[in-house]
Amino acid sequence: MSLKDLRGKIAIVGVGTAGCGEAHGMSDLEILTQAAKAAVEDAGLAMKDMDGLCTANLNSAMWPLNVVEGLGVRPKFVDGTNVGGAAFVAHQLPAMLALNAGLCDAVLVCYGSTQRTATFGRKERSAARILLDPDPFQTPYKPFNPPSSYALIAARHMHQYGTTRRHLAEVAVAARKWAQLNPEAFARDPLDIDTVLKARMISDPLTAYDCCLVTDGAAAYVMTRADRAKELRKTPVYILSNATAVWHRSVSSMRDLTVTPSKDSGERAFAAAGLGPKDMHMLQTYDAFSINTILALEDLGFCGKGEGGAFVENGAIAPGGKFPVNTNGGGLSCVHPNMYGAFITIEAVRQLRGECGERQVKGAKTAVVNGNGGNSASCQSTSVLATADAL
Amino acid sequence: MQGNDKGGAEARYQAQLNEGRFLIQRCSDCNHHVFFPRVVCPHCGSAALAWVEPKGTGVVYSTTTVRRKPDLGGDYDVSLVELDEGVRMMSRVDGVPPTDVKIGMRVRAKVVDDKGVGMVVFTAEDAK
Ligand SMILES: [Zn+2]
Repeated sequence: MSLKDLRGKIAIVGVGTAGCGEAHGMSDLEILTQAAKAAVEDAGLAMKDMDGLCTANLNSAMWPLNVVEGLGVRPKFVDGTNVGGAAFVAHQLPAMLALNAGLCDAVLVCYGSTQRTATFGRKERSAARILLDPDPFQTPYKPFNPPSSYALIAARHMHQYGTTRRHLAEVAVAARKWAQLNPEAFARDPLDIDTVLKARMISDPLTAYDCCLVTDGAAAYVMTRADRAKELRKTPVYILSNATAVWHRSVSSMRDLTVTPSKDSGERAFAAAGLGPKDMHMLQTYDAFSINTILALEDLGFCGKGEGGAFVENGAIAPGGKFPVNTNGGGLSCVHPNMYGAFITIEAVRQLRGECGERQVKGAKTAVVNGNGGNSASCQSTSVLATADAL
Repeated sequence: MQGNDKGGAEARYQAQLNEGRFLIQRCSDCNHHVFFPRVVCPHCGSAALAWVEPKGTGVVYSTTTVRRKPDLGGDYDVSLVELDEGVRMMSRVDGVPPTDVKIGMRVRAKVVDDKGVGMVVFTAEDAK
């Protein structure tokens, strides 16, 4: 069997989000449960139908156990792989294999975090993680991670290819313009390029606007076999392919700071889908930082290496531009609860169903979803999704 | 074989640094230099990793200034330095303002004492 044999065999049939922005007084598990309930109901199924589960959380090493207990499910298939925020895209391939093999009938992929409003905050967690998961060859130099790692990547990209801070700002402004069309987005105030350029530096060359939001939020979606999908409530969105690549952990071990594992995951995902960048109606990519969007456009083949800056110029990826990217407003302006991969998948599904109101990409039939995980684009997972027309 | 009576490769690297010596590894089978220190060569799988003294010179591969409030110590440099042996490491370039550290700068390693713990930092190669 090859990846190609799974093309279109599995569909996403239900999606849900909850607690996006601020979810005061709620726990990670509570908003995850609300999102899961919404996704299951969106599919026209019941929670007891979920006999497969994929989930991960940064604070809990055995998080699937917490979720099983909270939801009251008894899954026959479970995947708790945590490769950072890409996880909720990378969960697709194991779930596709399990569903296709008939090991289970419906897989719930779910995530939730109240990092913004929780009393045990990012500061305490960062301090705890240095002890639990040491990084002895970087920690003594106090990189402010993840921003500093992506700053090193951006600086190298600028040095090698002449990418400018204005190019990065174009990405942040495009994300904001999409967010202004999305009622669910957290940051919807107007933003222009000069404001980004003059903003407070966090880790040069990245300003506060080049860095993703810190919000609460939960997201869940339901996968099932294509034959079963047709009988459910909503129009199925088919997974043509999913491929994951992991190359390193720390930025100091990243061989070429300008090339991410998307180069590999994207090639494999497009090959199995039998489609290429030219066939895609949109890109939903994990913009932890503005540089991520430029790297994804290059590594997935929407432009050549080093041409990502020029690609995004003059509002090219903003509403009304030549190619829609991150139509929910992205991690930069919509929502970013620590790990964001489920949200890009859900935005692609909503677009392909035609549910996106003002921000709807007209006639959208295909989407590429690109997850990013780790402190330095360490893991990338790429999926090609499509409506029945592209099967 | 790294890592038996005197602890693992990581522990031995740090013990050397604490005595003021900066050593990296070189694979006796495939001849690649290796950093960070390991017990098995990531290039060829060999366990025959020997400690060697690097020349200590290299070039800034990338750099960022981490912004920090003045009362917490102010801005500082974080750089990735590629040693002339071909391995890359995270470090800091001292002796110049952080925003003056540039990609391509030639730098030289020195071991400094950070509250009893040895660490490698760099200065401009031509600095006195
Ligand atoms: Zn070797």
